[in-house]
Amino acid sequence: MSKPMKSALVLLGPLLAFLMLAYVFPFLGILRWSFTLPELGLGNYADALTDPLVLSVFGRTLRVCVIVTLVSVASAYVITLLWVRGGPVQRLVMELCILIPFWISVLTRAFGWLALLSNRGLINTWLQGIGLTSDPLTMVRNEFGVVVGMAHFLIPFAVFPLASAVRNLDERVLLAARGMGAGRQRVFWTVFLPMTAPGILGAALIVFVFALGFFVTPAILGGGRSVMVAELVYLRIFQSPNWGLGAAISVILMIGVAFLMGALMKAVRPGEKS
Amino acid sequence: MKPTRPGLVAVVLAALVAVFLLMPLLAVIPVSFTPKRFLSVPEEVWSLRHYQSLIDEPEWARAAGLSVLIGMASAALATALAFLFSLGIWMLRPRYAGALMGLALLPMVAPPVVSALTLYFFLITLGQVNDFVAYDSVPGVILAHMVMISPFAVVLITVSLAQIDRRIDLAARVMGAGLFTRIFRVILPNIKFGVLTAFLLTFVLSWEEIGVTIFITSVDVATLPRLMWMGLRDNIDPAIAAVSVVLIVIVTAVILTRTAVQVARSRRGEG
Repeated sequence: MSKPMKSALVLLGPLLAFLMLAYVFPFLGILRWSFTLPELGLGNYADALTDPLVLSVFGRTLRVCVIVTLVSVASAYVITLLWVRGGPVQRLVMELCILIPFWISVLTRAFGWLALLSNRGLINTWLQGIGLTSDPLTMVRNEFGVVVGMAHFLIPFAVFPLASAVRNLDERVLLAARGMGAGRQRVFWTVFLPMTAPGILGAALIVFVFALGFFVTPAILGGGRSVMVAELVYLRIFQSPNWGLGAAISVILMIGVAFLMGALMKAVRPGEKS
Repeated sequence: MKPTRPGLVAVVLAALVAVFLLMPLLAVIPVSFTPKRFLSVPEEVWSLRHYQSLIDEPEWARAAGLSVLIGMASAALATALAFLFSLGIWMLRPRYAGALMGLALLPMVAPPVVSALTLYFFLITLGQVNDFVAYDSVPGVILAHMVMISPFAVVLITVSLAQIDRRIDLAARVMGAGLFTRIFRVILPNIKFGVLTAFLLTFVLSWEEIGVTIFITSVDVATLPRLMWMGLRDNIDPAIAAVSVVLIVIVTAVILTRTAVQVARSRRGEG
């Protein structure tokens, strides 16, 4: 064996072999399940695309993910503005507000929302304490809770691509706009915002892709009622078993995400057109 | 020329988002002192019973210990594999580097639930031929966590390799150093912080991993997040509030210390 071949085997081999064995082959197994369980054919895909229950879950997932994406990117945008362009104190405060939640586990954060939003949680206790409401407001075990929890989880992920877009902005263009008499509002909406559009698109795609396959937060804050795609897979594998259908839904999800990742690559490198 | 500072509207909106981001972390604190057995806000009496139960009930300490063990093992192995792989890409510049990198990063970009199902399939298949690495076993969880965290180590180590000067490796090679010497005496000392960061990040990712762990464990392997998950699903156990407060305090203390060190350092730099 030639020398470069040998070092390629020693260096690249272990991780690639491990991932082939533990990830790629098992995924092919899932693909096989989707065509063979319970019987050979396309039955699972037909079910996944016609069963009203599965379709309603797909619909809910898309709706929740779109809302979560809008909320997260808009919130991340204002945070980013202060983090990148604010004074030293503003920067420090924003950095802590991004980093501390980012490093705290998804379970703890979902539990924090339960502590705030559930029927005996802080907000309902307070509202009833001051006599504003007599019955608790239902804010978890529905889509509201899921949207709030997921947006909270995903805001830091939207901040990073936005920050690089805002950082790379050409300051002279803004000065030119100001110099030609545009007010602050006008400069922001017609110059600043459009110039960061690639960053906004990148952030939106990242948040949307993450949100699609999300399992933990919807399962806790949806409380088994607002089931999303990832939880449906779990239910079909462990609770009312239909492994073939669960596998088919996973494959559909994987294909959808692959398409979006392709779009993300294009958004990040707009220069390379095929 | 100085950039225009964000206006009042931006500051007010950002403050609202900041409150939104910190609110759930603060909300856990009062709930953890409730004297009751269910999730509620303490009214007159504040109690430490849920903190007491973290000490009295051995399963919490056992779960934390198991999470540390799994985190150490999977982070060390994943970082080692990622180190060799990133080094291979950097040194050999293979023809299909992009495709190989894509394969190595696949578990990071695939939807977590698809990875979870895939690893479930992997472990039940292995479980048919042995009892050691199987569904609901510690080695099985370590392997599954390695799959999920190794892409992050690859990214971090690749980034730090991109910052070193290729000529030092070239010099070592010209002077007759073998592959082993080049890697461990020339390259590794230059990226040791990147490798250490990769180990720490992958440890934290394994320590808090739950999405995959739910799929591949049932009763025998209870990591800390797995135990919290069980207490969260049906009747919410306020002990989880106490665990959460402990975890939040640790993370906040680490980040504040790091930030304070940075601020002090930059002040010294300016003065």
